[in-house]
Amino acid sequence: MSTEESSVTEPVVADGDVSGDVVLDDADSAVTEPEPDPDVVMVTLNGREVAARTGELVIAAAERHDTYIPHFCYHPRMKSVGMCRQCLVEVDTGRGMQLQPSCMITVSPEMKIDTESSTAKRAQEGMIELLLANHPLDCPVCDKGGECPLQDQAFSHGPGESRYIEEKRHYEKPIPISDLVLLDRERCILCDRCTRFADEVAGDKLIQFTQRGNQTQVMTFHDEPFASYFSGNTVQICPVGALTAEPYRFKARPWDLAAEESTCTSCSVGCRVVVQSSRDEILRYQGVDSDPVNHGWLCDRGRFDFEAVNSELRLDDPMVKTDAGLTVTSWNAALTAAQQLISDALGAGGAEAIGILGGARGTNEDAFAWAQLADALGVTYRDAQVGDGLPASILGLDRATIDEAASASTIVLLGPDLKEELPVLYLRLREAATNGGSTLVEFSTVDTGLTQYAAHSIRYQPGLQADAVSDNAELLAGDGSVVVVAGRSNLAESPDETMAALAAVLAANPNAKMLPALRRGNVVGALSVGMAPADPDHDGLATLRAAADGKIDLLVLVGADPLNDCPDVQLARRALAGARRIISIDTHPSESTKHADVVLAAAAYGEKRGTTTNIEGRVSTLVDKVTTTGTARPDWMIAAELSLMLDLEGGLAQVTSVEEVTSAIAAQVPGFSGVTLEALATDRNGVLAEVVPALLAPVTRRAGQRNSYDHRLVVSRKLYDRAVGTAMSHSIAKLAPGAGAHLHPLDVDALGANSGSDVQLIGERATAILPVVANSAVPRGIVWAPFNQGGAVEDLIDGNAAVIDLKIEVL
Amino acid sequence: MSRLTDHNVALAREIIVRYPRKKSALIPLLHLSQEQNGYVTDEAMRHLAELLNLTPAEVLGTATFYEMFKFEPVGTYVINVCQTMSCALLGAGKLMHHAEEALGIKAGSTTDDGLFTLEPAECQAACTGAPTLQVNYRHRYNVTTDAFDALIDDLRSGALSSEIPPHGTLGRNRQQIPADKFVGAPDPDDVSEGPAWVPVPSPANATEDKS
Repeated sequence: MSTEESSVTEPVVADGDVSGDVVLDDADSAVTEPEPDPDVVMVTLNGREVAARTGELVIAAAERHDTYIPHFCYHPRMKSVGMCRQCLVEVDTGRGMQLQPSCMITVSPEMKIDTESSTAKRAQEGMIELLLANHPLDCPVCDKGGECPLQDQAFSHGPGESRYIEEKRHYEKPIPISDLVLLDRERCILCDRCTRFADEVAGDKLIQFTQRGNQTQVMTFHDEPFASYFSGNTVQICPVGALTAEPYRFKARPWDLAAEESTCTSCSVGCRVVVQSSRDEILRYQGVDSDPVNHGWLCDRGRFDFEAVNSELRLDDPMVKTDAGLTVTSWNAALTAAQQLISDALGAGGAEAIGILGGARGTNEDAFAWAQLADALGVTYRDAQVGDGLPASILGLDRATIDEAASASTIVLLGPDLKEELPVLYLRLREAATNGGSTLVEFSTVDTGLTQYAAHSIRYQPGLQADAVSDNAELLAGDGSVVVVAGRSNLAESPDETMAALAAVLAANPNAKMLPALRRGNVVGALSVGMAPADPDHDGLATLRAAADGKIDLLVLVGADPLNDCPDVQLARRALAGARRIISIDTHPSESTKHADVVLAAAAYGEKRGTTTNIEGRVSTLVDKVTTTGTARPDWMIAAELSLMLDLEGGLAQVTSVEEVTSAIAAQVPGFSGVTLEALATDRNGVLAEVVPALLAPVTRRAGQRNSYDHRLVVSRKLYDRAVGTAMSHSIAKLAPGAGAHLHPLDVDALGANSGSDVQLIGERATAILPVVANSAVPRGIVWAPFNQGGAVEDLIDGNAAVIDLKIEVL
Repeated sequence: MSRLTDHNVALAREIIVRYPRKKSALIPLLHLSQEQNGYVTDEAMRHLAELLNLTPAEVLGTATFYEMFKFEPVGTYVINVCQTMSCALLGAGKLMHHAEEALGIKAGSTTDDGLFTLEPAECQAACTGAPTLQVNYRHRYNVTTDAFDALIDDLRSGALSSEIPPHGTLGRNRQQIPADKFVGAPDPDDVSEGPAWVPVPSPANATEDKS
């Protein structure tokens, strides 16, 4: 590669943002010299002159220009460490060609890079030979075989055979380092990817290199497993078969898997995933690097809760209540029964006697179809939330994208513990706080996952959040961008309190943008496409109250399970008992389906096409990778069938495919005009729906002061609870922490209790007995209990109360 | 139950404030815990993690790099017999066999009375005195089998207790540095000026570097 060669070589125009700025073959360049772009560095790569970006690593620049450099430890989303030495190439920065690890050196002007010289090749072959010196050749029984970077690169960049004849190093074959992940140390090539991920990205430094030296190995502390919510990512990025995940082990070979890209709907972050199946069964999700959303990462619940789709407990067929209980029947009979129930309810009490709850667990199309059906029937009692979220009007605020939140100069957290509810958003904001220079200002009742990264973490007693915000208004003012992440931090506190705090943030800084931290998969989509209540008197809680009062003849539960989802579980119980008839459209049997008169089996995630909307309003596509279980159908189809049978006005009765529903959403739903099939097909990252501006309704704050003998109740979610997706996935179901009353250690002492012993929580409504847990994350005067863990804490929650104060007695 | 004692926690806090970053105190604190128990216990590592705001895995990762931190109980006297070239040529093998026989244990293990641990070791930088061994890292030169037996007898009888303290002991006199005598090492994250011999970049260059 001589200078003459490189000067005559046709310059390669880079893709991405560089290409627009560099016009090298401009005929007029001699006359009007374009201003050189300060962000472009011209380097010579294998004899070609190419444009790299300032500060770009050689390996990244080469890859962008279609020159692959073999590597194991380098990962574009993590810091380079130069551990594996596989990416050695020859680099000349003016002192002659020298071997350099291309992941550790940034481009510089006039740099010459040769990735294919005989010296570079020899170095790369030597590295492969060294890495294989101790690596067992058990590829035929290794889960990674077939998609293994070491296997692949041993073929593409290896010497072909090894000179080593010595016995290889031996370790005990796979040892579990957590409930989900197994480690085979013989296969490990010490690339530092998993340990770096745990340290840099997840912040859970639970695995480390130990016995450093000849015996270096990745290990946890004794009896302290790698219990990270993000442990599955280490399995995905492991470049060999050292880390394997329990749910996928020995289930399939990579070449047997069929894969399609989709979006995760376990929570509303909307991580891009690839769904992999074999023999019509979903076997694995892998994260896809979507720059605006998940950067390739997934949480373990999102990664492993596909087991619920494959669960044997799935509802296969529709059922109708007979004298013998719920009995399997044909779709024809079930839909006729459903139609009859709707007609009866309309006849008896009119549309006011029907309530429709749900839609947040399905696709946009599902929610839209049911909203259309509700519109055609004139049903006003409808909501996609059942008292566990925030009023839908927050979606009318100036909304931030996840990228805007992660690059804001100040991020205000009013919401729940993001690590527990929206884990990948937690990763993005954690990165913003640790590397991005964002200032985190957190208002919370108890310590959260982000507390240790927050510049200001302000504790408040439930009911006093807005005061805490007003008292610290100076933290939120200022010139920089401010994004407030708002969600329901406490299910035992009226959402009005959060809304008042949100209003206080906007009063302190009117330019602040808002990112909703509403959790359920498609809650933003469902609320946007028509499942939002028209007014607070017809929202989810109001619907349940009307049902409890006997005013509802027919309650339709579209994937909603009030007995599990509604914080006020007593109200939910009375509602399901008070509603005369119930139709439940669901994927799994739940507490609520037991009360139903008609159960319609719904297609689950991975079984139906459509679109979903994440918290920022990004609409992305879902695939039907496997055929539906039994005769289950997607929710939209059921709504369309019922429209047809009820002979309703409107276009819904005529739709024949999900694409028609998607197009109807684009045509009819305000803000969704850009979300066309064509736009969705062009951008894998999805399309942002526009915000339809709305004003926040004024709220009345009602919380009083706490009697100092009482404890104020905080109930919030953990990542793993008894929700259907988790409870039906055997790998993660066992990870739920279980019920408990968490108190500050000094409060435990003051009560005269011992950690682990049972205490009685006495509220106005009920009493609950829970084991007490001393937890210094909980401030004094507060009792924190995780939601939906099988205890009785939900009985204490009153949806009407502003806050819940409890007396605690030691049993 | 082998967390640091209250006395040692106070000492640990004294050591921690000597460093600009808490984490930097890990090695001295590991020594402290080894001194307390004769070896570094799991509980002590957990305790250090709490004190230093690390995870126990991070403590383990650092601690296990060092040969001289022990993670299992060892004898009061750890005897390292050099096995490298000069000693090997002058009878280290024979010495080791003799030691095994005399103590009734294999190399790498501890006597039942918890008094002696016998270990093979790499070069102890005392080739002129080969064959050599160390008792709690105190050298013994030109060790013959008779000298070894005499050494064991002396250790048993306590004749050497003034010279060779139990395993883990750092020193008889604890270093005491009054707070006003600290060197005051700056926090590496908080250094605004470079060393005097590095030219200070002009503000224009500084912004360029950042972009």
